[in-house]
Amino acid sequence: MKMPTSTWNPKIVAFVCNWCTYTGADLAGTSRLKQEPNARLIRVPCTGRIDPVFVIKAFESGADGVLISGCHPADCHYNTGNYHARRRWTLFHNLLDFVGIDSSRLHFSWVSASEGKKWVTVVDGVIDEIRARGPFERYQKANSEFALPPALFEAAAKEVQQHA
Amino acid sequence: MKIGVFICYCGENIGRTVDCAAVAQACASIPGVAVSVDYKYMCSDPGQNLIINAIREHRLDGVVVGSCSPHMHEKTFRKACSNAGLNPFMFEMANLREHCSWIHDDIAVGTAKSIDLVRIAVEKVKRNEPLTPIRVPVTKRALVIGGGISGIQAALDIAGAGFQVVLVEKEPSIGGHMSQLSETFPTLDCSQCILTPRMVEVYQHPNITLMSYSEVEKVEGFIGNFSVTIRRKARSVRADLCTGCGDCVQKCPIKKKAYSEFEEGLAFRPAMYVPFPQAVPNIPVIDRAVCTYYKTGKCQACVKACGRGAIDFEQQDEFVTEAVGAIVVATGYKLYTIDKKPDDSQYKGYGEYGYGVYKDVIDGLQFERLASASGPTGGEIRRPSDKAVPKKIVFIQCVGSRDESKGFSYCSKICCMYTAKHAMLYKHKVHEGEAYVFYMDIRSGGKGYEEFVRRAIEEDHVKYIRGRVSRIYEKDGKYIVRGEDTIAGMQVEIDADMVVLATAMVPQPESAVLAQKLGIAYDNHGYFVEVHPKLRPVECSTGGIFLAGACHSPRDIPESVSMASAAAAKALVLFGSDVLEREPVVAKVNESTCAGCFYCQKVCAYNAVERREIRDRAGNLRKVVAYVNEGLCQGCGTCNATCPSKSVELIGFTDEQLYAEIHALA
Repeated sequence: MKMPTSTWNPKIVAFVCNWCTYTGADLAGTSRLKQEPNARLIRVPCTGRIDPVFVIKAFESGADGVLISGCHPADCHYNTGNYHARRRWTLFHNLLDFVGIDSSRLHFSWVSASEGKKWVTVVDGVIDEIRARGPFERYQKANSEFALPPALFEAAAKEVQQHA
Repeated sequence: MKIGVFICYCGENIGRTVDCAAVAQACASIPGVAVSVDYKYMCSDPGQNLIINAIREHRLDGVVVGSCSPHMHEKTFRKACSNAGLNPFMFEMANLREHCSWIHDDIAVGTAKSIDLVRIAVEKVKRNEPLTPIRVPVTKRALVIGGGISGIQAALDIAGAGFQVVLVEKEPSIGGHMSQLSETFPTLDCSQCILTPRMVEVYQHPNITLMSYSEVEKVEGFIGNFSVTIRRKARSVRADLCTGCGDCVQKCPIKKKAYSEFEEGLAFRPAMYVPFPQAVPNIPVIDRAVCTYYKTGKCQACVKACGRGAIDFEQQDEFVTEAVGAIVVATGYKLYTIDKKPDDSQYKGYGEYGYGVYKDVIDGLQFERLASASGPTGGEIRRPSDKAVPKKIVFIQCVGSRDESKGFSYCSKICCMYTAKHAMLYKHKVHEGEAYVFYMDIRSGGKGYEEFVRRAIEEDHVKYIRGRVSRIYEKDGKYIVRGEDTIAGMQVEIDADMVVLATAMVPQPESAVLAQKLGIAYDNHGYFVEVHPKLRPVECSTGGIFLAGACHSPRDIPESVSMASAAAAKALVLFGSDVLEREPVVAKVNESTCAGCFYCQKVCAYNAVERREIRDRAGNLRKVVAYVNEGLCQGCGTCNATCPSKSVELIGFTDEQLYAEIHALA
């Protein structure tokens, strides 16, 4: 793996639930708790909404690390969504190596609406971890090497449409 | 698509660390953006007019405002869109304040991140669909959980407005802690004298269904449409036959096996008991853990005593389901103790000052019972060990409160006042006695409160010592209280006959379990959390559920009563309309691709997924697909993530929208 250069800044995509972690991150802001600026939050109603494919897509789109965070067990606004997320995560985490992603690039945490401080610790921790891992380049390389030429891609898309 | 981008400075809140003009300029070049401007305060009237005019002038299809958290102003801006004739759901917010300007110092960093955040929102809004709110009917009945003074007040207010109320109390009688108190500060009026008429009023009110000795088992549904299952615990006495004569209680031979909960362990109660003479309802309960019949099957003294044949040993817990539109939670507090069985308690216990070891080291509620005319000593202050009148009492404040190492960080708020009251009551009853109070600070904010404390010090000569107590030990029948007087700067030792600890208030131990049933938030202590600490102090983040009294935070009687009335008013606001508009963020099934695997049904926490048969014109069954009941769906999206064929989509958070957001980051 290429060593990170001094100008490189990791890109973190954070999928957070609306009720606990997003509000917790709001609290961190209201409390003026300074954080590393590398995380970009994508708000979903519940961690149960997070499809494992989102994580793959995030890496494909240039993320160096992904964080999933929601309500603590038993605190889910939707009763059980976070349990589904946890189950998916347990399975999916084990499959990451198979798709060529170092599993330490995917993080999972529970941050409640009152845990502004914890949110900062989690985000900064993930950013530090990813910074130590260096940029995630495998998918970019794969994309450039194996992507279909645009003309072929369009033809394929058309064919799919005809069959649909 | 024509998207309008509006960047807010929020005065200096965003403008200080984000170059808003540069963000607006950069966003103008995002594909689809037709207009991109910045303004000092977007939420102000001129700011909103700016948006409205731009929508009309540029015929915008979507709006993105880069300002504060959507939890703050999403509604404001949606309304502005709506006023301009744009569907309010064609709007997204980029959180440039809480998630950017307030947490970063560097302008370049803040500006770059802001552009990213707006770009994500623009990509999402391009894929938004115009939606209309879902209208659901409102069941105009309320459930009140907890029959202390807060629950009583809330129930009476809602019932008084003409709506049905179900009041659930887990103890055999309503009344709560207030019924245990001797006198109340700052007026020193008798607690029971003001409370019991209200208890009777609850019992006799035609609009109130009282379910005592009952607990909430399960809560389903949502605002305006809750379905609550209540466990009516078996009293072993038939409420329809019992007249409350009390003959069975008199005849019960098991007099000294169980401590009275009402007397805070200072007296015994029989196995067949009513908690206190003024109990409402005045129907006894058999404590099956100590009753001889349940152990050996032999004793039937109560059956013989009862002229009405109301005793029913075979009675089972019953479950009733009530449909309500609003829920008021008023479960109250407990005092922080080391408990008789510390293992059962979620708290480790204070474990200091010999509490639970020395018989004459008691807590505030126990002192209330000693001072109460209906208490075990008939209102005489006598210490529990030898029933002697204590000549010297030490009161210690802040036991567990304001003490993170041994208890809780918070102030329990009522202890300064009740300690002054206790000391005063003691001096009124034992004229020659000496009362000492160890305090950290005197917090007596409230109408007539400071004057009350001054009265204790100046007229009743209670000696206040500012400082903490380091230890208490027993010596020659006295309790030596060693502490410091921080004003005199010296160590003090008092040989007391009795010590009263003003232990911290804590929520009921089962509060977290109840919160999980209700789906409401609670803090690390177990107190329920309101949706906004200042502007929405009695509402929970789950719609239709309101908070009253000490289950929210430590508070005294007047504050609990006002909060209960506020919660009742909120429930009445809800009952003011026949239908409720709800956000249309619900799941929707694409019937043409649904394969009918029903994984969505398995993961749905609300039973919102139903089976729908698709038939051809001849009436032949073609296939069975999933169908989402909009009224039940709460919009979590778990089904969407689970569906193998992606045939069920969460409107407002579709795969297409989320992938667009992810791609926008590249």
